[in-house]
Amino acid sequence: MRNWNWRGMWAIVAKDLKQVRQNTMVWTPMVILPILLQVILPLVMILLPRMVSDMGSELSDLEPLLAAIPAELLPGIREASPEVVWVMLTSAYLFAPFFLLIPMMVTSILAADSIVGEKERKTLEGLLYLPLTDQELYLAKTLVSIIPALVITLVSFLLYTLVVNAAGYGVVGRVFFPTPLWWPLVFWLAPAVAVAALGATVLISSRATTYVQAQQSSGLLVLPVVAWMVSQATGVFIMGPGMMMLVGTLIWAIGIWLIWLGSKTLSRSRLISQV
Amino acid sequence: MDTIIETQSLGRQFGSHWAVRDLTLSVGRGQVFGFLGPNGAGKTTTVRLLNGILQPSAGSAQVLSLDPIEKGTQIRRRTGVLTENPSLYESLTARQNLRFFGTVYGVEPEILSQRIEALLTRFGLLQRGDDKTGTYSRGMKQRLAIARALIHEPEILFLDEPTSGLDPAASRDVLDLVQELAQRLGHTIFICTHNLVEAEKLCDVVGVIHQGSLRAVGSPEQLARQLWQRNVLELDLRGSPEGLRSTLLAVPGVTGVAYEGELTLVDIADEEVTPAVTQAAVSAGARVYGVHLRRHGLEDVYFALEQEQADTSDKEGASHA
Repeated sequence: MRNWNWRGMWAIVAKDLKQVRQNTMVWTPMVILPILLQVILPLVMILLPRMVSDMGSELSDLEPLLAAIPAELLPGIREASPEVVWVMLTSAYLFAPFFLLIPMMVTSILAADSIVGEKERKTLEGLLYLPLTDQELYLAKTLVSIIPALVITLVSFLLYTLVVNAAGYGVVGRVFFPTPLWWPLVFWLAPAVAVAALGATVLISSRATTYVQAQQSSGLLVLPVVAWMVSQATGVFIMGPGMMMLVGTLIWAIGIWLIWLGSKTLSRSRLISQV
Repeated sequence: MDTIIETQSLGRQFGSHWAVRDLTLSVGRGQVFGFLGPNGAGKTTTVRLLNGILQPSAGSAQVLSLDPIEKGTQIRRRTGVLTENPSLYESLTARQNLRFFGTVYGVEPEILSQRIEALLTRFGLLQRGDDKTGTYSRGMKQRLAIARALIHEPEILFLDEPTSGLDPAASRDVLDLVQELAQRLGHTIFICTHNLVEAEKLCDVVGVIHQGSLRAVGSPEQLARQLWQRNVLELDLRGSPEGLRSTLLAVPGVTGVAYEGELTLVDIADEEVTPAVTQAAVSAGARVYGVHLRRHGLEDVYFALEQEQADTSDKEGASHA
């Protein structure tokens, strides 16, 4: 087995992350998105019942959905008061799809900046003359986006756990989060989504010439998440942990396939033609 | 002199267009090789082929006795390339840029720190070493880009249009640096340029490429001799006596005499004939105010080859018509 130039690859990762820290356009959405989705929105939703006088009648609309949700997804919800139902339903069930937006957006932002950014800043040719193989260069560029995406996803999950338990404790009276749905979501589906988003962004980036262009195209990746959000909220398609493992496996497979395709499109001889 | 770069019928095709075709050349260790040609002639493509960035469509190459197709990474570890665009990270400082490239090239951290300071000093950038390179002038960026290409002490330095887009002062700075690298430090340098003055000043050997094909290779003097077999001696004579022409023609080695304004032009086989011609003119009673051997510079060579190429294309066009 040949020796990989890990030192060279890590130098690229460190250099790219340094550039990200210097580029407000790139790092701002990566900070705002988790704060918005994991702190502000859940706080508003959890605290909403205190502003609504007759919660019972408001919740009657949700009864068909509650009936459709398997009991093991939200333990104790059948016997709970309307206020508790509201807190648990929103934070532990309806917000689940939102969580996937974090690995997806962070990966696609970083991958687009790391690949298209080299073209846009006219540094790609210098990069291609480095003594790294095509595989090493590709791996370095994928690590630049996947590592921070996974770290930010995990930190967001911890933050969310803290926020919903703290804000919901007064109503629920116990630490109720994470529910069983969230373990496969955070540790299986979210990394799969990050890998798939990375693969898709690599493919988009191989054609795009500017960061903004790449970002606009990868915005389409949100559509499947929106679809899950709608089906989850209407009760059309409810994903339990088992189904989530299955869907996660499928997305892992798609992600790995996209990454493999990306490695073909990001070869030196193809990239040099775009210099 | 051992050969450090060698190509045999090397070619690269993009679609139906040959960017480089049937290129055979060799460059010796320590030589400064100038690759001359207009924009789009195939110079940059050749550098990419030699460094294993592009795969050839035909022929083969050996760089540092390695095949760029198989051993591109090993070759790039031992070559330094100044691309036409400086390829610097403008949001990073000069030191950060050099550290990044040095690390990827595998230079040990302690050695790298020393080398960065030495290069910044030599390239006159020490005071601005912690400034972001985005704030640099074009000339400073170019100097830093050359420093970057030298960070791992490569055995071959490729310079692609090193003075392109620079003002005259920055251009002279860069040329002086390259000359120092070539003469004092004995680097092997492969320069792609369309600047003939630059090439004449720096290069031991030049190759002229046109539309992907190599038209001629040799030192500027060798190329001039190939194109113009005779030398012309210009004599500035006053009060030329009767019969001077026949006197000069009688000198062994003189093949013709002509006049151009006030000047007498004597065709000679070799510059060794010059003293005999001068002496004959004086003996014949001429007052000699000046003697000058007319030399053909690289510019004459280049345009003569261009003309030759244009004539060949015309003939081919006519025969096809």
